[in-house]
Amino acid sequence: MRINSKRFAAGAALALVASLGLAACGSDDNGSGGGDGGDITVTFLPKNLGNPYFDTSDAGGEKAVKEFGGTYDEVGPDTAGPDAQVSFIDTAAAQGIKGLVVSANDPTALCDSLDAARDAGTKVVTFDSDTDAECRDLFINQATSEGIAKVQVDMIAEQIGDAGEIAILSAAANATNQNAWIKLMEEELKSHPDIKLVDTVYGDDDDQTSFDKTAALLADHPNLKGIISPTTVGISAAARYLSTSKSKGKVFLTGLGTPNQMRDYVKDGTVKEFALWNPADLGYLAAYATKALVDGDITGAEGDKFTAGDLGEFTVGENGSVLLGDPYRFNAENIDDFDF
Amino acid sequence: MSTATATEARTYPAYSRNLAARLLLNREAAVIVGLVAVYLYAMGNVPFFDGPLTIFNLSKEYAPILLMALPMTLIIITGEIDLSVASTLGASAAITGVLVVEHDLSLPLAALVAILVGALLGALNGFFVAYVGLPSLAVTIGSLALYRGLAEGLIQDKRISGFPEGWQDWPTERIGTSQYPNILIPIAVLVVLFALLLHFTSFGRGVFEIGLSDEAAHFSGVNVARTKLVLFTLSGAVAAFAGVYVALKSNSVATDTGNGFELKVIAGVLLGGVSIFGGRGALHGVVAGVLLIAVLNSALQLDGQGSEVIQIIIGLLLVGSVIASNFLPRIRALIPRRAAASTTAPQTPATGDETRKVSQ
Repeated sequence: MRINSKRFAAGAALALVASLGLAACGSDDNGSGGGDGGDITVTFLPKNLGNPYFDTSDAGGEKAVKEFGGTYDEVGPDTAGPDAQVSFIDTAAAQGIKGLVVSANDPTALCDSLDAARDAGTKVVTFDSDTDAECRDLFINQATSEGIAKVQVDMIAEQIGDAGEIAILSAAANATNQNAWIKLMEEELKSHPDIKLVDTVYGDDDDQTSFDKTAALLADHPNLKGIISPTTVGISAAARYLSTSKSKGKVFLTGLGTPNQMRDYVKDGTVKEFALWNPADLGYLAAYATKALVDGDITGAEGDKFTAGDLGEFTVGENGSVLLGDPYRFNAENIDDFDF
Repeated sequence: MSTATATEARTYPAYSRNLAARLLLNREAAVIVGLVAVYLYAMGNVPFFDGPLTIFNLSKEYAPILLMALPMTLIIITGEIDLSVASTLGASAAITGVLVVEHDLSLPLAALVAILVGALLGALNGFFVAYVGLPSLAVTIGSLALYRGLAEGLIQDKRISGFPEGWQDWPTERIGTSQYPNILIPIAVLVVLFALLLHFTSFGRGVFEIGLSDEAAHFSGVNVARTKLVLFTLSGAVAAFAGVYVALKSNSVATDTGNGFELKVIAGVLLGGVSIFGGRGALHGVVAGVLLIAVLNSALQLDGQGSEVIQIIIGLLLVGSVIASNFLPRIRALIPRRAAASTTAPQTPATGDETRKVSQ
């Protein structure tokens, strides 16, 4: 390890010059974080761009921002990695954006950056997927588990005439949210004494498995009148099976699905009605909540009230969360209004 | 061929150029000029670029890339490549997370274990490349998947978070009231160490010689296999260190932590003037190359450009720099030699033009 002294000296000199240069650059921060007056700048940061679900929600947000005369922007990563959103949050903070609406890819990975943004004066609202509660001002919750369970039981009861055998086609047997919903649905079914839940099967959120399980359900239970599938993969696989089977029109199918997956089956009569929340309303509400925070009308404390344009008045609940409302029902009449 | 006596005894034509020409007419200088130009332009024209968060955020985000670029520089100069760095980073982050959060190990100890494992993973790559003689491209594509699988095996579909507060905050706290986060301190130390290793030791000269010709290096007394093993081991260890940093920075480890970083690292190294064919490159160029990508990225984001525009611009820059590196030597060969001939009139005729590369 012999050290060539001449080149070392040259290198050291270069390093010194470079550090001087950097120091000169570093001292140049005459903070321009003041922003530009009354304009409310709201930036939407979805999990990733090019995702129809977020295209819909962000379009709702844009509509709201235009209504109250703010400036709307949408930024985001191409893929949904855990800290892919960090640089976009950092950028928004540096730009002095007034409000940032985020669907978090990771509940903790964004916290440092969100905290820095909030220190710089940006209001942070999460929607769709929350971060840890202390890293944001408000969370716009699309639906509660109770609401999701209730709407599915209500729909199947309406479709089968409140009597008969039904089954559930779930995702994986250990999926936490699925099991919570199934439990709540069982509770809810107690007030429908003539409906009998005869089986719960698991399609593992795999299209082919869900398809096969649907076939097995129909074979095992000849008197089956309805299937609830609280997963978007399950409901579309079940609909695909039903649409070509002789049970079409006799066995009713409902659950949670997206309009694009279900459009054909709603139009050909396989499925009458299914539910999910309306992402456009979700974005719309998030934008108005951001405005209320920026204007100082609310602080995000429990019990705060604000008005969200056409959607009416909302109240902040526990842990700074705002509930959008009951899940939205999609049927032949409204399905063409949605593209996600 | 590049021992001290040889360079003093022979007068290469390149040495007849004056010092300024030698310092300014190379890839590294071009990258540094580019970096300064982009930086100054952004300071003047991009809104908020001069704000107090810009440099801080940029350093925080590009710290792991810059770290991994250091050993990568040496590896690429030998004509090899290490595609597994980001997976090693992921595995190291997973190990740190599992040990600290699930087994209550203290952070320094967990970090040490992670770095040792990282060095081992790197050494495994090095063994296959140096002693089995497999191409590093194939070996490290394999270990890219393998080490990522290791991380997935360790944490499955969980997400590990909840690192101890003090340690978690340290890397991203500011040094005093400056714009620079603490992580820049170990980075600065490593930059100096790697610069010394590459440019001021016989080991470093061996690295360049291997890049020009494995066989020639072997016959001139360089232990080719050992050098490569050492470089891959260093690469694994540094990637693992970056993994500990990433875990602490985001306070969260998932199976896709650091996914795709290897390409950013290699882009920075190539932009910094290192030849992908080996034998040519310098560490200050690489540091400037990584910083150029970082500053450009940050400036374009602040300017409100979408990620597709940013990727296109950085991609074009990279392609442009590779093309330019083919033309720059030819242009350089045309202009300054005439200038040199007219001013200093070298004693030796302009032969041995090819060997000039070696002595740089």
